[in-house]
Amino acid sequence: MSEQVKSQKKFHIKNISLLVTSLLFIGLFSVGAAAYPKFLSLSTFCNLLNDGSYLIIASIGITFVLLTGGIDISISSTIAFTCVFSAFLLRTGVPAGVVIPLVLLIGLLFGALMGFMINAYRLQPFIVTLAGQFFMRGLCAVISTESIPITDDFYKKMALTKLSFLGAKIYFYVFIAAAVLIAAMFTLKFTRFGRTVYAVGGNEQSASLMGLPVGRTKVTVYAISGFCAALAGVVFSFYTLAGYSLQNVGMEMDAISSAVIGGTLLTGGVGTVIGTTVGVMIQGVIQTIVTYQNLNTWWTKVFSAALLCLFIVIQRMLAGRSEKRKDIRGKVEKAA
Amino acid sequence: MEKIKKLSKYQGFWPTVIFIAILLINGIISGGTFFDIKIVDAHLYGRLIDILRNGSKLMLLATGMTFVLATGGTDISVGSVMAISGAIACSIVDGRILPGAGQSVQAAILLAILGGVVCGAWNGFLVSKVKIQPIVATMILMVAGRGIAQLITDGKIVTVNSDAYYFINGGYILGLPFPLFIVLFAVALAILFTKKTAFGLFLESTGCNPVASHFAGINVNRVKWLVYTFCGAMAAVAGLIESAGIKGADCNNAGLFMELDAILAVAIGGTSLNGGRFSVPASLAGALIIQSITTSVYAMGVAPEITSVVKAVIVICICLFQSVEFKEKMRKRFSAHKPERMAKTA
Repeated sequence: MSEQVKSQKKFHIKNISLLVTSLLFIGLFSVGAAAYPKFLSLSTFCNLLNDGSYLIIASIGITFVLLTGGIDISISSTIAFTCVFSAFLLRTGVPAGVVIPLVLLIGLLFGALMGFMINAYRLQPFIVTLAGQFFMRGLCAVISTESIPITDDFYKKMALTKLSFLGAKIYFYVFIAAAVLIAAMFTLKFTRFGRTVYAVGGNEQSASLMGLPVGRTKVTVYAISGFCAALAGVVFSFYTLAGYSLQNVGMEMDAISSAVIGGTLLTGGVGTVIGTTVGVMIQGVIQTIVTYQNLNTWWTKVFSAALLCLFIVIQRMLAGRSEKRKDIRGKVEKAA
Repeated sequence: MEKIKKLSKYQGFWPTVIFIAILLINGIISGGTFFDIKIVDAHLYGRLIDILRNGSKLMLLATGMTFVLATGGTDISVGSVMAISGAIACSIVDGRILPGAGQSVQAAILLAILGGVVCGAWNGFLVSKVKIQPIVATMILMVAGRGIAQLITDGKIVTVNSDAYYFINGGYILGLPFPLFIVLFAVALAILFTKKTAFGLFLESTGCNPVASHFAGINVNRVKWLVYTFCGAMAAVAGLIESAGIKGADCNNAGLFMELDAILAVAIGGTSLNGGRFSVPASLAGALIIQSITTSVYAMGVAPEITSVVKAVIVICICLFQSVEFKEKMRKRFSAHKPERMAKTA
């Protein structure tokens, strides 16, 4: 009986967070629609998807890491490296069919290497991924400090293939993001690995005492994050058709704040990838409204930060309430 | 030998050794010219002086960051705070805001530092009162800070024309660059405050176990608040030096990635990012290591883009050397070989 009540309550709190995020997205979208006559249209919504697809992929990858209580701040550099390296390879004449698997593999291995160092030598995730960030950004600059255009036919085709309906366009790479989202949702919800991710984030020690493969899981989440970053890089190179060593500087903070707005706790154990996706969309809406209003782009930053602040406080309050409830319940049980 | 063993127990020992080693390697590669110090107009010039002068910002940030990390927190907003303080100071010296202050440099410096204190106090408030995880709490200001700085300067790059203001970065006292004296003053203050009062003990205890410290009667929240405020003030001073160096306020690039360098400096110094033991001199050595890597890459004539690769590799190596697990693994490997060798000789 009491266990049932407990699980119901947990379910409740988790859903509130996602509900607030979704309501906020709808609210912001309505504000835009009320203020500007042309805002409310399918094409505005589709453009959010088009412009945000690479960020969605990267944010989903980082959500895995955040769920285990770690952090990965190397993703923006991995994206930049993927773009520059693939642009460089394509220019030398390597076919796209070789380039894309190769860069994805590099991202995967690089993530796994960082995960290995974090896990095996108990190094700080922040420091290791920071070093990874410097390393990748440096490699970009070693390859080329100038922007390299991509003229490959396959890339061009991917960049321009789109689905048009009702005056709106959805580019092909949105479907890649959708596929990643579905795969991530499935993994986290229905596989043994996904449940272990939550368990490790909830309490690493108890997870390890339960006999769960904590070390392997931790290495795998960093590998996933690296792979997603590389995939986001491939999508980004479709999107821009160029590779530039300084692109996406500071993007990891966008990804992390999207996850936080989407209800992921940075202490690990709580969060969903669908929430993260909505978080990315919210940032996209803010950006669109700021553009419509003809404001300077740095207003986006101020608004995002204010929103981030609001969300964190709400989360804090929710968490505080559930803690209090637990305390009271504990006292009652003791008294009984 | 005994003395060296005793010395090596200090937290600052290995970082200092590494720093000297980097300098020596530079000296050998450059054939000694690296250590040349010239005296021109009673001012000292040379690579070593450059390292000290350019490293001053990082040393200030590392001092503030050491305390924050000692409480088990992180402050990733220092780069943005640098931009804000530079924006405030340059706007006042330029007369864009507060014309009543009469473009006075003193007022500009005071208000800029006050701005840093307010930013730090805001971080401290979020961490200690609202109880948000430090990295998230300071991320808010990191994201918003550059926007706020842009608001202050109205989105422009404000340039200043004041010799008194330039002095903050380019001035000399007794032949040594002025920023060095700022660092000395700040560090002396910080060390006195933590070593000669009980505050240092409170700080370590808060970082080791906040709950136990609370029960021991330490006001953990106040310690945290104070620490973040101090870090904000240090960042503001570093922002002043930076803006005086480029003779203007560039909100987009001032202090960009400095927060990462500052955390690295402290980590290289051996202060755990989980809180607890800390050492300001060790962090200063860490800051000097980072600065000397940057300077030596320039000095060797290698493309400056490689700096970050070199930095990354060195950081990982240093972290590995500090890792207990890594040391144990290495020891096991060596001790595994020893019995074999002994058996052979026997």
